[in-house]
Amino acid sequence: MSSNSWSAEPAVQPGAGIKKKQTFWKTIWSHKEFYLMLLPGVIYYIIYKYAPMYGMVIAFKDYDMSEGILGSPWADPWFKYFQQFYESPYFSQLLTNTILISVYKLAFGMLPPILLAILLNECRVRWFKSLVQTLSYMPHFLSWIIIYGILLMFFSQDSGIINRWIIDAGGKAIPFLSSTEWFRTMLVGSEIWQNLGWGAIIYLAAIAGIDPTLYEAARVDGASRMQMIWHITLPGIRSVIILLLILRLGHMMDAGFEQIYVLYNVYVYPVADILDTWVFRTGLEQWNYSLASAVGLFKSLIGLVLVLLSNAMAKRWGDSGIW
Amino acid sequence: MVRKGEDRLFQTVTMLILALVGLVSVVPLLYVFSVSLTPFAEVLRHGGYVLIPKEITFHAYKKLFESSGIPRALGVTVYITVVGTMINLLLTTLVAYPLSRKKLPGRNIFLMMVVLTILFSGGIIPTYLIVKATGLIDSLWALILPGAVNSFNVLIIKSFFEQLPEELFESARIDGAREFRILFTLVIPLSVPAMITVGLFYAVGHWNSFFSAIMYMTDRSLYPLQVVVREILMLSQQQVENVEEQVPTVTMQMAAVIFASLPILVVYPFLQKHFTKGMLLGSIKG
Repeated sequence: MSSNSWSAEPAVQPGAGIKKKQTFWKTIWSHKEFYLMLLPGVIYYIIYKYAPMYGMVIAFKDYDMSEGILGSPWADPWFKYFQQFYESPYFSQLLTNTILISVYKLAFGMLPPILLAILLNECRVRWFKSLVQTLSYMPHFLSWIIIYGILLMFFSQDSGIINRWIIDAGGKAIPFLSSTEWFRTMLVGSEIWQNLGWGAIIYLAAIAGIDPTLYEAARVDGASRMQMIWHITLPGIRSVIILLLILRLGHMMDAGFEQIYVLYNVYVYPVADILDTWVFRTGLEQWNYSLASAVGLFKSLIGLVLVLLSNAMAKRWGDSGIW
Repeated sequence: MVRKGEDRLFQTVTMLILALVGLVSVVPLLYVFSVSLTPFAEVLRHGGYVLIPKEITFHAYKKLFESSGIPRALGVTVYITVVGTMINLLLTTLVAYPLSRKKLPGRNIFLMMVVLTILFSGGIIPTYLIVKATGLIDSLWALILPGAVNSFNVLIIKSFFEQLPEELFESARIDGAREFRILFTLVIPLSVPAMITVGLFYAVGHWNSFFSAIMYMTDRSLYPLQVVVREILMLSQQQVENVEEQVPTVTMQMAAVIFASLPILVVYPFLQKHFTKGMLLGSIKG
């Protein structure tokens, strides 16, 4: 039982014949250690992942704190809270903001990591390339609180350095972080800043997988670097670009909850309030659990449909899905 | 050779753009760092133009430690990062190892259980109610247990385990080694890059932990670092009428920002070469 010489022994498989005779339950029993390993994880998943899924029924109930999830009476009619949300002015505002912010992030954020990956690949100076990589991955690990602090230092109306420049140049300070005109730009900009380098990793790997003889042949034919990028590199990573684009479409309903919650304020609610932030405020700040859960369920269901659709699309056009 | 000159120009432009990307990534934080080290009077006088401070002072850091909840919050954050990451790694590995064994009866059911939570989740409110029902409100366990296993990380470790040569397991089993022993003395030591990657993801998550704290903590003495730093940043934005001493100065705010990001900045360059590999495993194979 305690032998440690596993590596010295050649792999001979004994008992291949015996296994066939074992019954179903014996097979299960022989794997008991694996099931024991799974046990804590299974308990975790049941309590903190699956019980909340069941907890979504409160979207169809009049949640009463003293009665709990199970004891609360059913809402009448069952779609009461969905209807309430649908008829409220929030419905179109939240949906518009969620989708619009997602689309902006996708439209402006998709290209920069691709360009960065191509440039990194073209860089012939090893140490410089890895320096730029290290520096550009770094923002990915910073929390939104820290990024909020950085944004204040640059864009705050009274102490931000950008507004100092504007005032020194004779202009008027712009409330970048609390004006409805600028807030989405701040969201998209800070997201691009955070994920530029990190997003490039996957494209770099795809570029590394391109057959190097293609470049050799092109060089012999006298192609310039630009021509090689256009005719070899870009077509070589096309399927990865399509795959990532489709997958991001699948996450359209996730416009960036944590980022928006940390950066926004009452002045910009009209342009920044998304489904997630509204659910958070309605549920945990105003204790309207049932209404918040109904909106949360609405969002989760659309999200699920989008992810399943996008995966089907990815399988069709991007060579492979995520599962 | 026309091509050669053209290539040199191309190479120069590439390097210039890359240098710009590198600078844009790091200068904002460097600027924040400079401000945090500059005397407050100096910052006021120059209206914030202090990329390279003439005079360096640690006054802001000192005041931050004396007058705010930072030291206590630091203790909370270090605790949940250390304890949380250990629990994360243990549970994640214990789930990933059986799932990496293709012949395990019922493997697909368990795998489905893990993957399903990536596609669909109960959402904020029901999760809050369950955490409350399990009695974790105002307990530091609320910052650790509800996120104890991340399904993406399970898949990263699982696919790493699957790449280990099958003969390894066979020969260990012939020697009569139990599965737990195989996992802890053989599989895990061979999977250090995957462990570092996933461990870093979990640790960064705990260090940056913010939402679970504002959701599950009502006792302010249990707030982790990020929540306290956010409060320090918000104070000046609320335009307090009676400007008292308690309002943190810009330099103190920036000191708090640096303080909250420093450990990550210090640790991460050393781990970088490991995690890019792990990140690819996770994102492609997912």
